[in-house]
Amino acid sequence: MPRPFALPDLGEGLTEAEIVKVLVGEGDVVAEDAPLLEVETDKATVEIPSPFAGRVARVHIQPGQTVKVGEVLVTFDDSSVASAGQGRGASEPHSPRTPPPAPSPLPRRQPATVANVSEQPVEHAAGGAGRAGASAPAMATGTGIGVGPVPATPATRRLARELGVELRAVRATGPAGRVTDDDVRAAASGSASRSSSLAARVNPAQRGQAVAEPGAAAPTRGGADAERAQVAKPLAPIGAEAPPLPRFEQWGPVQRQPLSHLRRTIAERMALSATLIPHVTHFDRADVTELDAIIRRSVEPARERGLVLTLTSFLLKAAALALKEHPQFNASLDGAAGELILKRYYHLGVAVATERGLIVPVIRDVDRKPLVELQRELATLAQRVREGKATLDDLRGGTFTITNIGALGGTGAIPIINYPEAAILGVARAREEPVVLEGRIVPRTLLPISLTFDHRVADGADGARFAAAIVRRLERPEQLLLDW
Amino acid sequence: MVMGDLVIEVDVAVIGGGPGGYSAAFRCAELGLETVVVDAGKRLGGACLWEGCIPSKALLHVAALIEDATRAREIGVEFGEPHVSLDPLRKWKAERVVGRLARGLASVAKTKGVEVIGGRAVFESSRELRVEGDEPQKIRFKHAIVATGSLPSRVPGLPLESDRIMDSTAALELPEIPERLLVIGGGYIGLELGQVYASLGSVVTVAEMTDGLLPGPDRDLVQPLARRCEKLFAKIRLGTTVTSLTERGSAVEARFGGDAVEAFDRVLVAVGRAPVSAGLGLETTRASVDARGVVAVDERCRTADPAIYAVGDVTGEPMLAHRAMRQGKVAGEVIAGRPAAFDNVVVPAVVFTDPEVAWCGLTESQAQRDGRRVQVARFAWAASGRAATLGRSDGVTKLIADPDTGRLLGAGIVGPGAGELIAEAALAVETALTVEDLAATIHTHPTLSETLMEAAEALLQRS
Repeated sequence: MPRPFALPDLGEGLTEAEIVKVLVGEGDVVAEDAPLLEVETDKATVEIPSPFAGRVARVHIQPGQTVKVGEVLVTFDDSSVASAGQGRGASEPHSPRTPPPAPSPLPRRQPATVANVSEQPVEHAAGGAGRAGASAPAMATGTGIGVGPVPATPATRRLARELGVELRAVRATGPAGRVTDDDVRAAASGSASRSSSLAARVNPAQRGQAVAEPGAAAPTRGGADAERAQVAKPLAPIGAEAPPLPRFEQWGPVQRQPLSHLRRTIAERMALSATLIPHVTHFDRADVTELDAIIRRSVEPARERGLVLTLTSFLLKAAALALKEHPQFNASLDGAAGELILKRYYHLGVAVATERGLIVPVIRDVDRKPLVELQRELATLAQRVREGKATLDDLRGGTFTITNIGALGGTGAIPIINYPEAAILGVARAREEPVVLEGRIVPRTLLPISLTFDHRVADGADGARFAAAIVRRLERPEQLLLDW
Repeated sequence: MVMGDLVIEVDVAVIGGGPGGYSAAFRCAELGLETVVVDAGKRLGGACLWEGCIPSKALLHVAALIEDATRAREIGVEFGEPHVSLDPLRKWKAERVVGRLARGLASVAKTKGVEVIGGRAVFESSRELRVEGDEPQKIRFKHAIVATGSLPSRVPGLPLESDRIMDSTAALELPEIPERLLVIGGGYIGLELGQVYASLGSVVTVAEMTDGLLPGPDRDLVQPLARRCEKLFAKIRLGTTVTSLTERGSAVEARFGGDAVEAFDRVLVAVGRAPVSAGLGLETTRASVDARGVVAVDERCRTADPAIYAVGDVTGEPMLAHRAMRQGKVAGEVIAGRPAAFDNVVVPAVVFTDPEVAWCGLTESQAQRDGRRVQVARFAWAASGRAATLGRSDGVTKLIADPDTGRLLGAGIVGPGAGELIAEAALAVETALTVEDLAATIHTHPTLSETLMEAAEALLQRS
């Protein structure tokens, strides 16, 4: 029996991923856990390992394609190679009808509902008119999906056929994993917009047909440096509808560039946060003269221990300790329930600029880790992110975010809150400035910070106090080295 | 008229007027396709109406009346010994039951504009049928739907030529009430008809090749039926092959396995049904037929020939009228360009014996064979108020659920009315309801339908 392997559930909120690379070809024999493909999800490039050992019979996807959770990626041949770790693999379709043998002369794909019939390439189906002995469940995610028929009412199944949606690939939101009409429609609108934009990509001239003057340049698509075929997809709507854009071509040549998966995700997240959360920002400055001195003095001893001490680790520690005093900033607002969810853990995200875009890896339990450990973790995490090797777990579960825009200059910035968190700390470049201290003008190193928070959760005074708590800690760095 | 003189052109030609055929034809006509049905008997209803489901249920109703009257004695109501007059009984079955339904079907066909042509249809190509018989003609079609159904299987080596050796069709004609009847085959047809004849007064022996009655449903559901059969039948020979049948005077001698020989007045051979696909000229089309005569179809009821569809028993097991009817509607819609598919999760099955056995979806034994983990609840009707008032506490309602999601995967019921009760379970499994959905739905009290709710509650309490 051929064994289909579908895109596994990647975790909360992630319903699709873009195929970056396919690392195997049809006919390849792969070992269990060997890398099959690379997908770009939310904010990470993830390697998908092979769930079992076997020969790749078919690769159903190609780079640049967006696949939904549950969609079949690769079909493995049955093989003598036993599937390790798959305890109960057998699943006979429990429908009382026998699977019809495929009519032989026409190589026709049968979108059957029964797992081990539908995923079976026709060559095999023709041979095995009898009973299928054993087949592997489609995915490792466990319950329901991939075993037996997809749970949905007959009317929903019909709707799926009408809209050309493969039911097995639809993300179910109904009780007990049931696919609802709305799920099918959502999946259909996703793929419909994709195919329409595909058409647009194939025939870009059509888009330009509205251009009045024949001499006007039609928009060109993609950059010369576009590494792989990007397919343009609309951003997910967030309530307010954007008015149609003017035809820019009437004023001069334009180029249309599809957004990368990451860019789209960032765009959607930022629009969501900016639309939903009433942002308010409080500015302050921390005197980090002493902290700066400590960092400078520690360069040598730190390097001996294989470390580069940076301001960020101190910021992390200071913020985590301040958050413990001001828990409403380590929270999420549950508008529907009318509740504030206070998190009793302090997982802090640090915005990292990569060439592909902004990524926010998360360091866990910042309050409980010594500063040196934070520094070490930060270094390895940032490197993983820059190499595109971060795992989803590296990017999830943050409660508060710090973004350091200091490296690129400027005197301050107002970042957008990383939804659904409640606050974000922006840090600009520390500068030596003249400060009046006890009646004398002295040079001090000042760090401009901005605390942007959800005004639904806290008021200006709370923000000022929370910012002051961070500042106070940054100004007593020796305490930060000891506190955990 | 010379054959070939008359050529008619239609959108859809349906071959066979049984439940699959007429359902397909009606749906095609509703969707604006010009449709004809070619039926050898020039009638709609097929084996189901004329020699299967309907007449057997009519006779089983009579059997149930007799049994109820007998049981009534235990609760102090005496009707006396029943006296069965075959002529009025046959007349009632033929005219008031089968005849009435047949007239109904004919008038529906007329209303929908579906013409029924009498004769045997043979494919000459993927575009043309030749009709042989009283109304010889040719039909050019855009699409054809093969709905030729099935016929009772014969046992190799056993003759069927004697009047005393009947198949189910002959037995339903009720030629007489034989003193001693041998039923070969312990499946649903043999048990249903065996019970009819036993109730009417025959001394019935059942011979079954395998080691249990009624293959298919879980054994715990068959057990109450088996107990009832043991009382009703003179003898049940399991694991027994009938090796020869010899007519001797007015009796038939049956030889079982090795040596045992017994004489019967009549023999009913009920060893299953076989698809009717031979002699149809399918070899002139691209449709593929396997060695057993089953026409291969896909989910949309399409054969390998793009112009030809097939529905019902001719497409194989389970050979049940309700499956054929659903397939017929699917085929009609697909031909009309609608996004239909026979993607049904369950095809419920009912055995109309006393007690009835009905099941749908996954059975416990199938789950066991698959190594699939399931939760099972059995609710014995001894605890049902309604069953007590009916004097029938021998039923069982059984649910099979997915332990991870609580979704219902299958159900089985044994007891009077099981055939009606299974409908709710079929709806639940087909629509992927959970045990909780079933348990939280109010069921009327006191009814047997409560047993489904009770079984669901038993599952809930365990999780």
